[in-house]
Amino acid sequence: MTREEIVEKVNALLSEEFEVEQEGIEPEANVKETLSLDSLSLVDLVAIIQQTYKIKIPIADLREIKTFNNLYDYIESHLPA
Amino acid sequence: MERKVVITGMGIWSCLGTTLDEVRDSLYAGRSGIVFSRERKDAGFRSALCADVPHPDLKPFIPRNQRQFMPEEAQYAYMATRAALENARLDADYIASHEVGIVYGNDSVAEATMRALDKFRDFKDTAACGSGAIFQSMNSTVTMNLACLFKLRGISLTASAACASGSHAVGLGALLVRNGLQDCVVCGGAQEANMYSVAAFDGIQSFSAREEEPAKASRPFDRDRDGLVPGGGAATVIVESYEHAVRRGAPVLAEIVSWGFSSNGDHISTPNVAGPARSLELCLQNGNVNLKDIGYINAHATSTRIGDSREAEAIAKVFGGSKVPVTSTKSQTGHEMWMAGASELVYSMLMMKNGFIAGNINFEHPDEYSARINVVPETKEAHFDMFLSNSFGFGGTNSTLIVKNM
Repeated sequence: MTREEIVEKVNALLSEEFEVEQEGIEPEANVKETLSLDSLSLVDLVAIIQQTYKIKIPIADLREIKTFNNLYDYIESHLPA
Repeated sequence: MERKVVITGMGIWSCLGTTLDEVRDSLYAGRSGIVFSRERKDAGFRSALCADVPHPDLKPFIPRNQRQFMPEEAQYAYMATRAALENARLDADYIASHEVGIVYGNDSVAEATMRALDKFRDFKDTAACGSGAIFQSMNSTVTMNLACLFKLRGISLTASAACASGSHAVGLGALLVRNGLQDCVVCGGAQEANMYSVAAFDGIQSFSAREEEPAKASRPFDRDRDGLVPGGGAATVIVESYEHAVRRGAPVLAEIVSWGFSSNGDHISTPNVAGPARSLELCLQNGNVNLKDIGYINAHATSTRIGDSREAEAIAKVFGGSKVPVTSTKSQTGHEMWMAGASELVYSMLMMKNGFIAGNINFEHPDEYSARINVVPETKEAHFDMFLSNSFGFGGTNSTLIVKNM
């Protein structure tokens, strides 16, 4: 799976799940702010990545994911071989 | 000192319509809300009949992060309550400066619970359930969601009493107002309409198998009835003290004269006659009501063989030779279960306010029990100023309400 494919799919999923325009999802934008995530809905971000890519994001790693680029990087580096 | 308790607003989301006017017209026309569901048949249901309940779109009203907490029945209840508050002229500003409570009937959240736990088992991870799962899967989900969305700050309580939940909720709300503990309470009942909520119910062969004629399947009191049809949706009534309603200039629609209740203390699914009869008698006694003043009875009758006959016996026992008109609106809606006590209050109110009794559709031949009471088969123009509404549930829980026109 290419980086472009990950970006395209993640943006489409998050746009639908969190009801934001895809155009508003910029690579360097803050994930929590853009998607209006609070402590509860952050769980839905973890769940959707897990269900789509079979990647479990531990809390410690989640804290390091600030921007969408961080998220794409995380998925890209943790994809099952 | 006991206070007079009144209804000042109503709202409903039902297979007969999603506004009071639509529901009134459906009742009058004797329209059935029952359909055959291919989805249920393919999934393995013995009887694939169900009520056709539309799904509301809450996007224009509630942000995504709050909708996450709402299972199907909470969505129905939101729409019904939104309409009821508007009907009662209770706006957000008023609620912000006065204590308004909520007592709502609900007794299951099967689909939401199942979906969350399926994800947990699939991924072997609790986070896979998602953020809304815990709030969606609790029995009090309707009450908690509505209390937060409408900023209610009075009592917040769920009545779980099987198919009498909605009626008990209204009875409890009225009791709190009557005793002066609350001035205004949002009361109602909600019922999920998805197939998972009633799969086990279908499994015990309680449903009508008349799949070739959906509109004729629910036939309470009829000799040839063969089981109930599951329904769903939500209904809300605004219950408040008469003084409170007058003080704020609210429309006063009717008085909740009394509430009666009982438990059979008997079989878990087979009702008896004595329990329902005591509920009726207690309600009449609590309201000091003369039998002759009751102009209409909205029966619980669900279209099951034993249940309908036992209720007919109970009504005949209490009302003796009186020929008070009786119908079961479940002939049109199917059995709305946790919602039924509240929705049937709304149906009866619409009849009382519009001068008619909706016929008990499909009542073609009485049996030996229903022949003892006056079941009205077709809609008729009728003026009445007081009605009685029965709701009975599994475990033998019974609830009766008497409401008077104002």
